[in-house]
Amino acid sequence: MALSGETGELTAPLRAGGYAEPSMAGVGDYLALMKPRVMSLVVFTALTGLVVAPGHLHPVLALFALVCIAVGAGSAGALNMWYDADIDALMGRTAARPIPAGHVQPGEALAFGLVLAGFAVTFLGLMINWLAAGLLAFTIFFYAVVYTMWLKRWTPQNIVIGGAAGAFPPMIGWAAATGGIGVEAILLFLVIFFWTPPHFWALSLCRTDEYARAGVPMLPVVAGEAETRRQILVYTLALLPVGVAPSVLGYAGAAYGGIALLGGALMVTWAWRLYRAPDKLIEPLAKRLFAVSILYLFVLFAALLVERVFGLEHVGIPLGRALA
Amino acid sequence: MSLVMDQRPTEPGIVLTAEQQRRRRARSIAIALALGIFVALIFAVSLVKGPGVMIRPL
Repeated sequence: MALSGETGELTAPLRAGGYAEPSMAGVGDYLALMKPRVMSLVVFTALTGLVVAPGHLHPVLALFALVCIAVGAGSAGALNMWYDADIDALMGRTAARPIPAGHVQPGEALAFGLVLAGFAVTFLGLMINWLAAGLLAFTIFFYAVVYTMWLKRWTPQNIVIGGAAGAFPPMIGWAAATGGIGVEAILLFLVIFFWTPPHFWALSLCRTDEYARAGVPMLPVVAGEAETRRQILVYTLALLPVGVAPSVLGYAGAAYGGIALLGGALMVTWAWRLYRAPDKLIEPLAKRLFAVSILYLFVLFAALLVERVFGLEHVGIPLGRALA
Repeated sequence: MSLVMDQRPTEPGIVLTAEQQRRRRARSIAIALALGIFVALIFAVSLVKGPGVMIRPL
């Protein structure tokens, strides 16, 4: 594998005899193709959806469902890296990924992703239910095709619409447990959906030059840093009530509500500071907001899990129950 | 005829370096482990769901 100059064109090396060089891919390269950090977030949010859903799923079946969801997420990551290898090679954050680094050939990554996707969807359907399998298949399709192949290189709204792919896992977990989709699953979807833009735009504010060089129309590249910071603030302001909604509507307890309110306020505070920041402070504040956003989502879903495990989900005076 | 069949190919073909062999072995072990885990999971799920594991309405 070699990169052809600044174009990022990928070419498989051929020996003098005309056959391809034997693969130098290690096990770690294949694990890296599955984007393990993204996968861990997917598993965590899917686990939350699975646990907070009404009803009971046998622990072995729950584990199997989570493995299928994790493998499905990994397959989407591999397909994303296969398609984006050319622009990954042009950005410092992604240049060391297995394909641009020359450890894995594009065809290997494509086959790996397709096989994993087929296994994950098929066995989730056969062993758990076909709604969950259908949602997993749609999520992989949405991430690999709609986001990666279409939106990412076309519109600055790429991560807004494409963020739906990352928001589906709790819904898949819920569907695995219940065979249906509840209002709470949709609320969890919305939490991640509104969380995604401030999270990724904070990151992209630190990588504007790289995205511009790679020709990816991220919002800071197309609309500038000021507009990006404004939209980060808008989405963070929308995220706060969406995050609190499960508690207000009676699907989560007061503990979750308090944490969601405090976490949301913290997010808004950092988004506001970023919005008002002078130029020299944009990058450090964007990095801080990026870190805070990861913490926010983790604590929010952990609170839901803890409430459910300790039976605290009905502690509090939810507006939804008061109105009912 | 037997002479022709007994002739060995003169070209060496693909000869893996020590590093390539090591990585191929690591990949093979990883595939074996993954398949083992997969079989164990399917077995466990089959025990939980009973013998009619594949017979279910769509």
